[in-house]
Amino acid sequence: MAKPTTRDASTRGVDTAPEQEASTAAKGPRPFAKLESPVTALDDRVGLAALGRKNLRKVFPDHWSFLLGEVALYSFIICLITGVFLTIWFRPSMAEITYDGSYQLLKGLHMSEAFASTLEISFDIKGGLLIRQLHHWGALLFVAAMFAHMMRVFFTGAFRKPRELNWLLGVGLISMGAVEGFAGYSLPDDLLSGTGLRFADGMIRSFPLIGTWAEFFVFGGEYPGELIISRLYMVHILLLPGLLLGLVAAHMALVVYHKHTQFPGPGRTEKNVVGYPMFPVYMAKAGGFFFIVSGVLVLMATFMQINPLWQYGPYNPAQVTAGSQPDFYMGAAEGGVRIMPPWETYWFGLTWSWNIFIPGVGILGALFTGMALYPFIERWVTGDKEEHHLLQLPHQAPTRTAIGVAAIAAYFCAQLGGANDLMATHFELSLNAITWFLRIMIFVSPIVAFLVTKRICVSLQRRDNELLTHGSPSGDMERLPDGGYFEHHVNLSDDEAFTLSQHREHVPVEASPSTDAHGVRTKGGVSKNRARWSRFFYETDALKPSAEEIAEGRAHTDHENAEHGHGELTNDDGGEHGDNRELSNR
Amino acid sequence: MSQNNDMSGDKMTGGENRSTPVDANDRTAAELVAERESNGTLYEHPVPDPGLEEHIERYSDAEPKVGDDIAKQITGMFIAAPVLAIAFIVIYFAVPDVTEGGPMVDFGPIQTPAAHLGMGLTLGAAVLLIGLGAVQWARMLMNDEELIEERHPARSSEEDRKATMAEVDKGIADSGISRRGLMGRALGGAIGVVAVAPLVTLADLGPWPTPSRRAETIERTLFHLATPEKPVRLVNDVTYTPIKASDMEIGQLINAQPENLAELKGTEPAERPEELKKFSYMNEKSKSAIIIVRMDPNSIRVPERRSSWHVGGIMCYSKICTHVGCPISLWEQQTHHLLCPCHQSTFDLGDSGKVVFGPAARALPQLPITVDDEGYLIATSDFEIPVGPSYPERKQHIHDKGE
Repeated sequence: MAKPTTRDASTRGVDTAPEQEASTAAKGPRPFAKLESPVTALDDRVGLAALGRKNLRKVFPDHWSFLLGEVALYSFIICLITGVFLTIWFRPSMAEITYDGSYQLLKGLHMSEAFASTLEISFDIKGGLLIRQLHHWGALLFVAAMFAHMMRVFFTGAFRKPRELNWLLGVGLISMGAVEGFAGYSLPDDLLSGTGLRFADGMIRSFPLIGTWAEFFVFGGEYPGELIISRLYMVHILLLPGLLLGLVAAHMALVVYHKHTQFPGPGRTEKNVVGYPMFPVYMAKAGGFFFIVSGVLVLMATFMQINPLWQYGPYNPAQVTAGSQPDFYMGAAEGGVRIMPPWETYWFGLTWSWNIFIPGVGILGALFTGMALYPFIERWVTGDKEEHHLLQLPHQAPTRTAIGVAAIAAYFCAQLGGANDLMATHFELSLNAITWFLRIMIFVSPIVAFLVTKRICVSLQRRDNELLTHGSPSGDMERLPDGGYFEHHVNLSDDEAFTLSQHREHVPVEASPSTDAHGVRTKGGVSKNRARWSRFFYETDALKPSAEEIAEGRAHTDHENAEHGHGELTNDDGGEHGDNRELSNR
Repeated sequence: MSQNNDMSGDKMTGGENRSTPVDANDRTAAELVAERESNGTLYEHPVPDPGLEEHIERYSDAEPKVGDDIAKQITGMFIAAPVLAIAFIVIYFAVPDVTEGGPMVDFGPIQTPAAHLGMGLTLGAAVLLIGLGAVQWARMLMNDEELIEERHPARSSEEDRKATMAEVDKGIADSGISRRGLMGRALGGAIGVVAVAPLVTLADLGPWPTPSRRAETIERTLFHLATPEKPVRLVNDVTYTPIKASDMEIGQLINAQPENLAELKGTEPAERPEELKKFSYMNEKSKSAIIIVRMDPNSIRVPERRSSWHVGGIMCYSKICTHVGCPISLWEQQTHHLLCPCHQSTFDLGDSGKVVFGPAARALPQLPITVDDEGYLIATSDFEIPVGPSYPERKQHIHDKGE
């Protein structure tokens, strides 16, 4: 490609056929001419040119929300790099030693080798504290970015066909990422991480029927034993990173194969992708973004202290610090365990600890299971077998958005539960009142969130319809001779109007008769159940106006503007055009 | 992906596309109606696709001077980054760590070793500048005309599918499996069983919690060595000094352990008395932790059965929460409530350790204690019930809800 500043109109067309490109490039300066011979030699042996021709100029669409997954990927890479550094000095051993390192306040204390070597990394290895904090911040950002990315994909419908499999890979990544994080912060064997392991032990024990066996198998006997740190070390640096890497590779490969989804707009269709080429634009943008994420993480590791475990001291099973909390992604499980009522039953001569098992395993279990199943539920309800590459705006799928927000509300209540003690002390509230409030709100808030979100979405749909038929208010007020006011409206441009009206819609399906005209049971068709769910999903949607209604509305706006309003306030017939196809009255 | 071979030829830019709008809405009206009736999906495009918007030139394209200035800024970033990286190396060698007598930085909210701060700042800024420069290059100077690339359905073409199935059929025919089905199934079964068999080695992950092993591990504490003839003193859990009943004041709480735990600390099994050889310090410490509180005998309720378990209002409970096993320690002197800092289960020590709030389902186990001739607190038996969190085989006990 010629130098950007000297581009002329003929090269700006960019995508000329490859032969032409080669010829134009040959004319201009070629900064990488020296690479030609090694690249040719490589191609002679592995045939890179075919791959490059297909993918070098692959088009990716541009949107800030597409960066969230990139943040997750880059944080993961940072964790891999810093993790290698940490393994050079960390000793995953629970052997008891007497500390004789350079941190004076802990001198002479009994501690495990794991904790002592973590202190060594923090105090005696130069740059060790920086790398340790970078690893921890990277892990937090990894999981946080995965959550954010997952919400973006969910609320824009990017999980729909053909991307269901990639969504499942994502669910695998986020659930394993959380476990990977837990295994990691349990390794230093300080008082906080030991408390986390004590919790894990109590939770494993609570598994119905197999609890004691699971505990003895995981810990190599009773808690804490002498094996758990080295076992978690294997899980943390070999097993889970290996699985995560494999899933990441598959996730990325599918993104390349499917090509990225894009937001709707003029010229964007289900059959194309509009954006910039991988080389050079995304090579610079995505590559540069890796450095931005890394740079920000390094600065966080520099300025923001995380997990100062020398303040907690070595693990001591007879001690605990008030305010002990896990890293944020385990907060919902922790909070669920805190706000759960004390239910424990004795059936068949066995103890069933519902107070631990239901929230401890159930909350994150329900989240990940629900996420994994959702694309298939929606697919069944809509009966939609098409491929989707255009994203939906959240308000264009009100019920899905409402379900997502309801789940977030319940999750948030559980998460808050994990901080009930800190809320009580910081806001001087009753701990018991907070706990009871959350016990109720974890059921009430999703319902309220669902209803409110759905109403907002439908209102936004109506606003879109209003814009399509009446244009947008110009802010240009006119006082009329009879004292009334009139605000001029401006019809939307074709680009805007197309963007707001191009989406597909779903309407409730009717159940097909279960028997045909001859009284014979029919196969296929729409079941009563599906019809019911279809009504639940789509009954209240405000459908977009038809082409005629839009044309009529636009003419009306033009006419009104021309007539200066006849002394009426604008839109006294508001909604007439936009809403008359609405189904809410059915 | 083989279908994408021709894709570089598919791409168009906005200007070319504008005149020939692409519309995905290429179904016939009859198809639409049929589809709408069958699955409730509406495809109409009430406003036709106007095609990709015209490209708008950036300021940096229109004004070569501006472009040149931006290029200079970016070059500056790319020059500053290696300079900072060299500074990082210099700081690494030149500034000693605090533990080697190096300086601390104390500036507002930042109190950190100078070496840490200097290295982090230079490295972070260097890495960030490379990123900002590259992204700025892409945003301001690289060609920003959007391209259109055609998509291809994710599925293979019908032709490919047929051809692949034909290959599969040939392979099946070559293998002869259709005539020798049993052999094929036998292979599948063999791989399945042989793959599962080695998993049996995982049975050695830990000892099996059989009833007898449970009784020797999670169902007893070091206090099981206490008998009326050979009692075990309760000792302070930090200093291991025995606790005299007369030294305790009303309202006081002491974190304690059995005295024989001290013999496990930092010793090899060979150095210990015979009866303690098989125990591990951490495992026992995590079960035997106790709290001793002294309450006004008139303000507490002592069940008839436990009337001899306390010494004038001095009571001993397990410190391990019956919920998930955190050591409990937040003591409310006036109410006799003990709060677990992990999940806020609250126990009433003045009333058999009953749960008064929170997720714990069972009362805290109480250890019967008395005093020896010298007035020190002693235990003469273990807890009646296993301490710590529940497990499936745990038997229900009258103690569980208090008495």
